Amino acid sequence: MSDLSELYQEVILDHNRRPRNFRVIDPATRAQEGYNPLCGDRLTLYVTVADGRITDVAFQGSGCAISKASASLMTEAVKGRTVDEARALFDQFHHMITSPPGSPLPELGKLSVLSGVREFPTRVKCAGLAWHTLKAAVAETPSTPVSTE
Amino acid sequence: MTPSTAFEVGALRAQFPILGTSVHGKPLVYLDNAATTQKPRVVIDALVDYYATSNANVHRGVHYLSGRASDQFDQARATIARFLGAASPSEIIFTRNATESINLVAQAWGRATVSAGDEIVISAIEHHSNIVPWQLLCEATGATLRVIPMSDAGELDLDAARRLMGPRTRMLAVTALSNALGTVTPLADLVAMARSVGACVLVDGSQAAYHMPIDVQALDCDFFVMTGHKVYGPTGIGVLYGRAALLEVMPPWQGGGDMIASVTFERSTWNVLPYKFEAGTPDISAAIVLGVAVGFLTGVGLDRVQAHESALLAYGTEALQQVPGLRLIGTAAHKASILSFVIDGIHPHDIGTIVDLSGVAIRTGHHCAQPVMDRLGIPGTARASLAMYNTREDIDALVAALHHARKVLL
Repeated sequence: MSDLSELYQEVILDHNRRPRNFRVIDPATRAQEGYNPLCGDRLTLYVTVADGRITDVAFQGSGCAISKASASLMTEAVKGRTVDEARALFDQFHHMITSPPGSPLPELGKLSVLSGVREFPTRVKCAGLAWHTLKAAVAETPSTPVSTE
Repeated sequence: MTPSTAFEVGALRAQFPILGTSVHGKPLVYLDNAATTQKPRVVIDALVDYYATSNANVHRGVHYLSGRASDQFDQARATIARFLGAASPSEIIFTRNATESINLVAQAWGRATVSAGDEIVISAIEHHSNIVPWQLLCEATGATLRVIPMSDAGELDLDAARRLMGPRTRMLAVTALSNALGTVTPLADLVAMARSVGACVLVDGSQAAYHMPIDVQALDCDFFVMTGHKVYGPTGIGVLYGRAALLEVMPPWQGGGDMIASVTFERSTWNVLPYKFEAGTPDISAAIVLGVAVGFLTGVGLDRVQAHESALLAYGTEALQQVPGLRLIGTAAHKASILSFVIDGIHPHDIGTIVDLSGVAIRTGHHCAQPVMDRLGIPGTARASLAMYNTREDIDALVAALHHARKVLL
């Protein structure tokens, strides 16, 4: 069932209207650019890492409701986690939004509100942008801006 | 349908099978015509008919089918020559699409003509396909790309254009109709400016060719490009019109079969026009069917299509502005077929998804015109684009879907 309420759940709309951790961290351990050229979504993710743990994370940018809400929810989900935990969460989240409709979903708490994206293949990149940007931000070596194209 | 009868859009719609289908359980409202148009039954049937009755390679065999396919292929070229007002079918070269046509000119004409210090002039409202081939040429030759600026409304600045063109200008390459904004460019003025400095002119007719009558000789352009799938024809086929005198002196672009007169290991010589620029087996079926599509469009009558779409554009412009927070992007005085817009607080991509679930197909994003979006300071737009079969009901469905999108997201 690909209906609107499944994609634009109330939690998503709320995070779109009032994104959490929508600010600049200066100085940050890493500031990473992410860009989806297909729709022009663009964000900068700021991450502060201490002893292998993400002590602060925030973002700035513009994008569709899905990409903005996903970034907002992600910052809440990974703040305080270790980098390894964040990477594992990336894998689970990526699986959730790309698995075939109808297949079992991983238990991801609040992030599960984005599972409806898998019914909308054209919107998977919107939900994934912030996460791909995070993955690059916590990588060993800095990378060029992340593109989901 | 004779020219004297009213424009009967209902009868016309009945000729397009896909317009009778549903998406997401809703009747399809197709408003993404600037990306590609839907195909009438006569075009779909011609494609099947070719493979069922005429399939053979062209200009090669002595057998019956090869002759039949070759005749149809040649007829298609003649039909397209008439459609564009070319002096001769030999000025019509088949390519894969308008992009390939522009690349052909940028490479074959450009490399033989352009050198360091020369200038190529394009405009701020070009599609990427009329920007990047010229950038490649400039990189290869040391020429400079100059860009005619646009106003906030999307109109080209003719005074600036006049200042940009000078003795080093070798080419003016400009669209006839902006795909992102709907601006109809003042071609007569621009061509006159280019002529006054001795520059060549290429007109990108990708969007214009299915909205307004074209006469390349009246336009006085040297090259005119179009793509098949936007004139109700198949994908995979495009057209380059080139003035014969220029095509004659241009070197070949790609080498291979068909484009040669003779081949030895020491030296090859080139075939006559248009074959010099058509290496290898072409998309024969698509070329033949493009001839059918152009015949269909001519039968409906481009002047009548233009009148219908113009009235619909006015209706749509009015109707969209009733949507709270909606701002039209592209408000040139002379526009055609394109309704690009943004809505306060809603990203174009979300608009696209929500109206799609109401059965309404529009395009969202930068429309392969990123410089236009950068100039206007927006990430992209939502774009409804019209064709001959669209109706006021289609516009009404879009407007209703936009109200719904606002309800969901705001």
